[in-house]
Amino acid sequence: MIYLDNSATTPVKKEVIDEMIPYFTEFYGNPSSLYKLSRDTKRKLEDARERVATLLGADKDEIYFTASGTESDNWAIKQMARVNKKKGNHIITTKIEHHAVLHACEEMEKEGFEVTYLDVDSEGKISLDDLKESIKDTTVLITIMYANNEIGVIMPIAEIGKIAREKGIAFHTDAVQAVGKLTIDVKKENIDMLSLSGHKFNGPKGIGALYVRKGIRINSFMHGGGQERGKRAGTENVPGIIGLTKAFEVSTENREEKNKKVVELRDYLIERVLGEIQYSRLNGHRTDRLPNNANFCFRFIEGESLLLALDNFGICASSGSACTSGSLDPSHVLLAIGLPHEIAHGSLRLSLSDETTKEELDFTVEKLKTVVERLRDMSPLWEDFLKNGGEDNV
Amino acid sequence: MAKVVVGMSGGVDSSVTAALLKEQGYEVIGVTMNVWQKEMEEGCQVREKTCCALSAVNDAQNVAYKLGIEYYVLNFREVFKKEVIDYFIDEYIKGKTPNPCIACNKYVKFGALMNKAKVLGADYVATGHYAKVVNNENTGRYEIRKSVTDKKDQTYALYNLTQEQLSHVLFPLGDYEKEEVRKMAEKLGLAVANKPDSQEICFVDKDYADFIEQNTNYKAKIGNFVDKNGKTLGKHKGIIHYTIGQRKGLGISFSVPKYVVDINIEKNEVILGDNEDLFRNTLQARDLNFMSIEKLEGEMKVTAKIRYSHAPSDATILMIDAQTLECRFAEPQRAITKGQAVVFYDGDVMVGGGVII
Repeated sequence: MIYLDNSATTPVKKEVIDEMIPYFTEFYGNPSSLYKLSRDTKRKLEDARERVATLLGADKDEIYFTASGTESDNWAIKQMARVNKKKGNHIITTKIEHHAVLHACEEMEKEGFEVTYLDVDSEGKISLDDLKESIKDTTVLITIMYANNEIGVIMPIAEIGKIAREKGIAFHTDAVQAVGKLTIDVKKENIDMLSLSGHKFNGPKGIGALYVRKGIRINSFMHGGGQERGKRAGTENVPGIIGLTKAFEVSTENREEKNKKVVELRDYLIERVLGEIQYSRLNGHRTDRLPNNANFCFRFIEGESLLLALDNFGICASSGSACTSGSLDPSHVLLAIGLPHEIAHGSLRLSLSDETTKEELDFTVEKLKTVVERLRDMSPLWEDFLKNGGEDNV
Repeated sequence: MAKVVVGMSGGVDSSVTAALLKEQGYEVIGVTMNVWQKEMEEGCQVREKTCCALSAVNDAQNVAYKLGIEYYVLNFREVFKKEVIDYFIDEYIKGKTPNPCIACNKYVKFGALMNKAKVLGADYVATGHYAKVVNNENTGRYEIRKSVTDKKDQTYALYNLTQEQLSHVLFPLGDYEKEEVRKMAEKLGLAVANKPDSQEICFVDKDYADFIEQNTNYKAKIGNFVDKNGKTLGKHKGIIHYTIGQRKGLGISFSVPKYVVDINIEKNEVILGDNEDLFRNTLQARDLNFMSIEKLEGEMKVTAKIRYSHAPSDATILMIDAQTLECRFAEPQRAITKGQAVVFYDGDVMVGGGVII
């Protein structure tokens, strides 16, 4: 099996599991209890909070643990909007956010908020001028992803942060795809809130975090006990928190070296695919993209068939986001970068890890060539294209 | 071991189909076809009792896991919209009465699904249709034959499949009665054993005319009800609201029951008449597909079925030009309807069929 879907999720690294295990069996105390067992557990939990804060350039009291990146996004967007309802009812986001953000924004529309969905250019970037122009007196939140989950494009976060800070508007970023791959400093980049998720960087599933800058007022999203300084009720997932923390630390070790290797492999993959498969294209910015992301379109074929065929060869890949239940619609991200409907249907996302090898990519490219050729032979669109002498307007 | 993709709707028939094939030694892959259009999901228009209900995925998945077979939900939204829903709407707008199941079988189940099956490396597509497919050794042709159960016979909607399609089709339920199938489902411990049979058009909630108006820009135009002589009898709500033979819902009352006997699309008129005006001896059909024979030469005695629920009636068929077939019934038939399929049988063997013009 060749696993090229590391943007969907990642395996948990051994050293991460090793650090988690005692928190299932030894330090199992409920951090809220009084006795020593729990006090020791609580100490480790607060230590983990500090370790995460350090890696983001934040203070310890600015980190809240949640159950997922999705929860963090929902919390930040909904509660920030609601708490400011008297001040204004306008939210700015982009057309290519993850559904956790888009659908949370849509929910706020139902509560009377107005949402501006910024366009992106053909490489997936927003225009800072568009952003500035869309700001109104009533704008209470800007939420723009750090890096896109489908096409890997990295947004100009520091510039956005600067604009938001100057205008005194809260800025949230969904950094689920960026954390663990890119170096982030929330203070330097003027980020007010940031969502992250453990399983995207070799940590366990079911654990996420939200950074909320001191001075930003946000209400509790989960109501119940007084955990997380009264902001997020529910007994802390201590093993998960320890796992997320360790995985985050591991991801930063030799980061430059690892990224360099992954980028080289990714570029090798991109060159081979574009060079050896006709009518293929790369989606997203060529260089301002996540080190491990490659996203292609192959004309005249449909993404779902491509995935089924690659699966037959033991290659795990996805067509954009893995978050839609079983079935695939044309990606909202690819439509937003201006691809026509029929092309947006034929996309393939290959996301590498630092353990991906050149041999795996060679095998993948060879199989991809076979599969694309076979699917085109079955495609009526391809037949029409050849009949028309291989010319069209796209 | 041959590989087969089973279209699984979560109902009794397709669940038992998958189980039977697995028992027979096939490598079975379950696929639920996602054909729901966005607006339908949001408006909850999809009916619970149809083969395409949203609950299908859960039921089908539970069955597949229970049987221990591979299972996928695959996307057929676009092809379903283009070949089934749009066709259905276009036909009604043209004053005809379409049969969307026939289009679905040809283009979706045994078209797009068959293509996906090939991608999965499967040799066959199987469904829970009550029908048999047989390779006739004498003619070398693939034939559809009626299933043992007359009540559930579902061959009618399969008339349009090509020889190539039929060579990759399995219908394991053709040898069983519905009651036997239910018993098998119970014996296998399938929770769906007592699910009601699917019925009616899967993508239409209550009223197909409402469906058309809600899903297109088409606005039904009010026009006249007229009698055979062109005399105005009242106002109709727009031709898409009417089908040949209809008596209910005309919105006016008469001293004797009146029926829709014809629709004139140019004049936007609905012609009303008496029950006896609905009877015709002949019909013509195009878009023909033959199964047991390669083509029709001369006259042939058959039984013909003019709608899904119609009892096959004695008739003679012949070609009157290169594209058009004429079907002459021994007895006049009630409400022969344009747009519906006419399907011909020689005993239990399907000869072929076409669309009534």
